Amino acid sequence: MISKAGSSPHLHDTRTVGVVMADVCIALVPGLLCYAWLFGPGVLLQCILAVSFALLFEFAVLRLRGRDPRPFLRDGSAVVTALLFAVSISPSAPWWVSLCGIAFAIIIAKHAFGGIGYNLFNPAMAGYVFVLVCFPVQMNTWPDLPAQGIGAYLGSIFPMAGGQLDMLSGATPLDELKTRLEMMEMVSEIKTASVYGYFGGAGWEWINALFLLGGIYMLARGVIKWHIPAAVLAGILIVSAAFYLYDAETYASPLFHLFSGGAMLCAFFIATDPVTASTTGRGRLVYGAMIGILIYLMRQWGAFPDGVAFAVLLANIFVPLIDLLTRPRAFGET
Amino acid sequence: MRELHDFPGGLLLEPHKEVTDQKMSILHPLPERMFLPLQQHIGQPAEPAVQVGDRVLKGQIIARSSGYVSVPVHASTSGKITDIGNYPVPHPTISEAPCIVLEPDGNDAWFDIKPTEEYDRTEPAKLQELIRDCGIVGLGGAGFPAHVKLMEGIENAVDTLIINGVECEPHITCDDRLIQEKASYVVSGARMIRHAVQARHCVIAVEDDMQLAYDALAELVDDDLELVMVPTRYPAGGEKQLIRTLTGKDVPSDGLPIHIGIVIHNVATAAAVYRAVTRGEPIVSRYVTVAGRVDNPVNLQVLIGTPVEDCLATCGYRHSEDNKVIIGGPMMGLRVTSPNMPVIKTTNCIIIEKNAPAYPEMPCIRCGDCADVCPAELLPQQLYWFAKSADYDQAREYRLADCIECGCCAYVCPSRIPLVHYYRHAKAQIGLEQQRSHEADQARQRYTRKIAREKEEAAGKTGKTGAGADRDQDTRAAKQAYVEEALARTRTKRRDRPGPARQTEDSG
Ligand code: SF4
Ligand code: SF4
Repeated sequence: MISKAGSSPHLHDTRTVGVVMADVCIALVPGLLCYAWLFGPGVLLQCILAVSFALLFEFAVLRLRGRDPRPFLRDGSAVVTALLFAVSISPSAPWWVSLCGIAFAIIIAKHAFGGIGYNLFNPAMAGYVFVLVCFPVQMNTWPDLPAQGIGAYLGSIFPMAGGQLDMLSGATPLDELKTRLEMMEMVSEIKTASVYGYFGGAGWEWINALFLLGGIYMLARGVIKWHIPAAVLAGILIVSAAFYLYDAETYASPLFHLFSGGAMLCAFFIATDPVTASTTGRGRLVYGAMIGILIYLMRQWGAFPDGVAFAVLLANIFVPLIDLLTRPRAFGET
Repeated sequence: MRELHDFPGGLLLEPHKEVTDQKMSILHPLPERMFLPLQQHIGQPAEPAVQVGDRVLKGQIIARSSGYVSVPVHASTSGKITDIGNYPVPHPTISEAPCIVLEPDGNDAWFDIKPTEEYDRTEPAKLQELIRDCGIVGLGGAGFPAHVKLMEGIENAVDTLIINGVECEPHITCDDRLIQEKASYVVSGARMIRHAVQARHCVIAVEDDMQLAYDALAELVDDDLELVMVPTRYPAGGEKQLIRTLTGKDVPSDGLPIHIGIVIHNVATAAAVYRAVTRGEPIVSRYVTVAGRVDNPVNLQVLIGTPVEDCLATCGYRHSEDNKVIIGGPMMGLRVTSPNMPVIKTTNCIIIEKNAPAYPEMPCIRCGDCADVCPAELLPQQLYWFAKSADYDQAREYRLADCIECGCCAYVCPSRIPLVHYYRHAKAQIGLEQQRSHEADQARQRYTRKIAREKEEAAGKTGKTGAGADRDQDTRAAKQAYVEEALARTRTKRRDRPGPARQTEDSG
């Protein structure tokens, strides 16, 4: 009897999960740097914090589960989860927000389901929603612009360290758009305000553009496939265009929606997490479109300014069903 | 020019063929001992026709075919039978099997063999018998008895006969060299098979990186044969893939090529047919590529039964534990720990590779890379899941039986899951393979019986005796088989229909 290791094929592609995840991290860099440049070094502090917590928890849980942690730490999935979480929360959030979010992501969303490959929900988004619900104040407080120094951020992230950050409550472009629309202002009026940049949310449009660039890099490297990003963006585009054409004064333009908040991050980095996405070609189109549409609906009518996390988690639930209904026909099958 | 079609999935692999494809093959010397397994083909094993101590001549039958899907084994050289017993064989699941051990006497003296005169005046059925008696099986690797496929072709209208020279796995060049050195055998063999099955078209296909082989064939073919180069891509030489490439037609998921009017044989099989017809020569030797970490990688002309160790020694290699031996290609071949087993009819390649530490198998991340490269358009990630959780109903629903074990999925898997291993295991568990081949066998056996009966009936009129009782039994068996087959068919249909109506008894 031939052993498992001796089974054919005897050749392998050099790409492993670790290589894939490393590519994802590289693709995140431009958007991340732009984000840090706009909002200050707090962004990078959050990344370091989240990655450290994630590796720590991953190691501890694997140990507790009696697994050898080394191959799992090397696969880089915990790092990617941490980075996605870190860029989703407010750069000024105190350290324990990160601790709680990552703990929930790694321990509950990932390992309680069986670890990488078995988790139903996107860990980063599950962790994000967890802290959003638990600590709404800290999550909805954003540092004032322009970017403030590292001292101010240290003070905000580690309250005992002293230092002061100027804060603004609910000041992301999506927040502001929403609040002001609710106050019956017209889009054309709001447009003149500072929340609007050239084509998307002020500042956020550049971050989104660079995440788009990172996405294109991943597509070129074959790290992700086109189905999900295309479907997410098409979903946002088509629904927002429909509303925009219906009434341009009460609904923001499709371009604004595509280049605001976490749209590009979601389309290329979050929704494409293979473990929690549909695994068939057609299924991925359905899954992506579902996320895109949900993002818009939640932005427009949800309780929170950006709907990315909820949209992804909701779509995650439907993945088994989508997979079942979109099985391709086998070669020669009639 | 024939319009070529694309097949789904597949991989572009480093060919590594330049090492051996331009070197003249070497005639391997007589070994000290040869081991001839009774089963070197798909179907029933042959039955020994000699005893220990017997002297045999080259080409003499030493084991008889034991059924319709079975072929005899011949002595590869003259010598003495020294043992009949279990010895190591190259096989994915068993390590030892019955072999006849032959000690060559060094004379290499031929048995009395004679050619068939003028094949184009010989009855197809006669040719078919001759091909069986010469022990010819699919030499491309599968080892399916050639006469059975031929019979299907004789009995049905054949639109296209394909002679497969597409060697898509890396390293292997044995068919390439065979064509370059014996192009006339291949072409004549193709004509003979074509005559037997009365195919409307006949295509010889090679890969587009086999220019020398193509040229060699091009000199010999006339308008009667089409010569086609197909794009190099693994697994372009797979039966279903090549049929799609050349004809645009798909072999039905649970059918045979003949169901769409196609018969397909390997180039080496065609050359063997030529030898069988023109000289009465059975299969006693074949081309084998020796590649990888050996001093002199080259193609050898090896007598069947020669130990792999001897072949390696001829190429300047001594086995060490640092290396592993792969019999067959790197994608579908068999990894063995020791080279103490014989070259058999289906051995096309021996590769020596360094033992690398195994990369740990990680959980499936559902990336779907495997599905993108699967030439059978399956969902390998789902099959893996079902195979691992022993959910064989679902595995069947997702067409595990259509998996050709090409290994494309496992090649790309970033989690390095030995997917094919899981599929083989699941297939064995389900008994699917056996069941399918059993059904196919039965169908094929019914065929022969019918032919035999018709012949007998014809002969019976001229007053042949002694066949009556047999015939009765045959008819009864055939009837029973027919009923069984019909039942199996409805069962399959019911199974394939989705929904709760699916039956739970699936053993049939
Ligand atoms: S390639 Fe491997 S990890 Fe990816 S879906 Fe297929 S089996 Fe899973
Ligand atoms: S081994 Fe089977 S499942 Fe994997 S790619 Fe080949 S045919 Fe598809």
